[in-house]
Amino acid sequence: MGGLVYFSSGSGNTARFVERLGLPATRLPLKGNADVPELAEPFVLICPTYADGAGRSAVAKPVIRFLNVEANRSLLCGVIASGNRNFGQTFAMAGQVIARKCNVPLLYRFELAGTETDIARVHDGLQTFWGSRCLTPA
Amino acid sequence: MKDIHHTRAVPRAINWNRLQDDNDLEIWNRLTVNFWLPEKVPLSNDIQSWSQLTEDEQTLTIRVFTGLTLLDTIQNTVGAPALMPDAQTPHEEAVLTNIAFMEAVHARSYSSVFSTLCQTSQVDEAFRWSAENEHLQAKSRLILEEYDATSNPLRKKIASVFLESFLFYSGFYLPMHWSSRARLTNTADLIRLIIRDEAIHGYYIGYKFQRSLERLPEAERAELKDFAFGLIFDLYDIEARYTEQLYDPLGLTEDVKAFLHYNANKALQNLGFEALFPEEACRVNPAIMAALSPGSDENHDFFSGSGSSYVIGKTVATEDDDWDF
Repeated sequence: MGGLVYFSSGSGNTARFVERLGLPATRLPLKGNADVPELAEPFVLICPTYADGAGRSAVAKPVIRFLNVEANRSLLCGVIASGNRNFGQTFAMAGQVIARKCNVPLLYRFELAGTETDIARVHDGLQTFWGSRCLTPA
Repeated sequence: MKDIHHTRAVPRAINWNRLQDDNDLEIWNRLTVNFWLPEKVPLSNDIQSWSQLTEDEQTLTIRVFTGLTLLDTIQNTVGAPALMPDAQTPHEEAVLTNIAFMEAVHARSYSSVFSTLCQTSQVDEAFRWSAENEHLQAKSRLILEEYDATSNPLRKKIASVFLESFLFYSGFYLPMHWSSRARLTNTADLIRLIIRDEAIHGYYIGYKFQRSLERLPEAERAELKDFAFGLIFDLYDIEARYTEQLYDPLGLTEDVKAFLHYNANKALQNLGFEALFPEEACRVNPAIMAALSPGSDENHDFFSGSGSSYVIGKTVATEDDDWDF
């Protein structure tokens, strides 16, 4: 199975989701001046959404900094986005932005810290996803 | 003669270039960019649609909106100001002034709906109804007890998040229901702007709650968690009766309750707590979910196994400068 990378802000919702998922995962640093991790194996990114009403700035800056590193970007295989449906059209928009910019599939979307169903779907979905693809990057 | 009891310390001038918590600026920017006024929404386009509702449906709608007005009034004049003395940073205090003012905008916007669509006598009757409605008054009292100046700062935040992220939803359900049937769609647009604001308020106050909570010893943390679950139980009890009273005649009560459970769980998540209601109790009518976030389900995702997994999304209005590729 490939790796898992996630970002979680002070609300901790994504961190709680990943914890319940029970899979090893790398957390991106919160602070802008921290070193950007460099990944060594293919991974899926779990990322919350921060868009304003017009959909601007949906992706958190530490996630952008991480994906700006070409070596990281080339290992990205898919994105899972979280958000809140109360934000209407911009719900989980970070997933759409990353999927389009990096040309990877949007694997799943969930709200806040996710439900039991979300955990089960992502857990099983990731297994199927990694099983169905060659882990060496194209 | 100086009266030391009435001497107020001169505050420090706020410096937004020295932040203790980056999230304060982040939220300030979100809130100010999202600023809106009811005049922006063409409510008069709903006049015809309004006239097609039955008299009972009209009465229900106005009553629901006066109930929402009451909650916004409380949050504007008591709730957000009550959180200000507890602010940990000057920037947090400034954000709370924005939250307080936007609650006034929300409260004001229901009156815009009324003046555009309704007769004065109908509206006056509904305001009388809300002042006398036992359930509405009971939930307001429960929240106001916690906003008391002597209350624990964290209990105030819990009450505030429950108001912002839970108590509004018995009311928000109705405009989403009308919208899903192509009724009052402009009013629904206005409500969605309110929902968006409340989501940020609930997130931010919940975030500040978590920062304060993590500094407390385990025993106090456990006590506050017990308090939070106790309060949401009590509030839910009232909400359930309020919902039955309002929605039984339309046969919508069970549908509304699923929406309440779903939102109660989200309110708890804003505070960093686990969900209370099981998922079976939170299966919200898909038409209501679609009305809440219209268009957001056009792109299907890969794990759900339908549609294209590659997103061809609409162009995002403005691309963030930080991207290097």
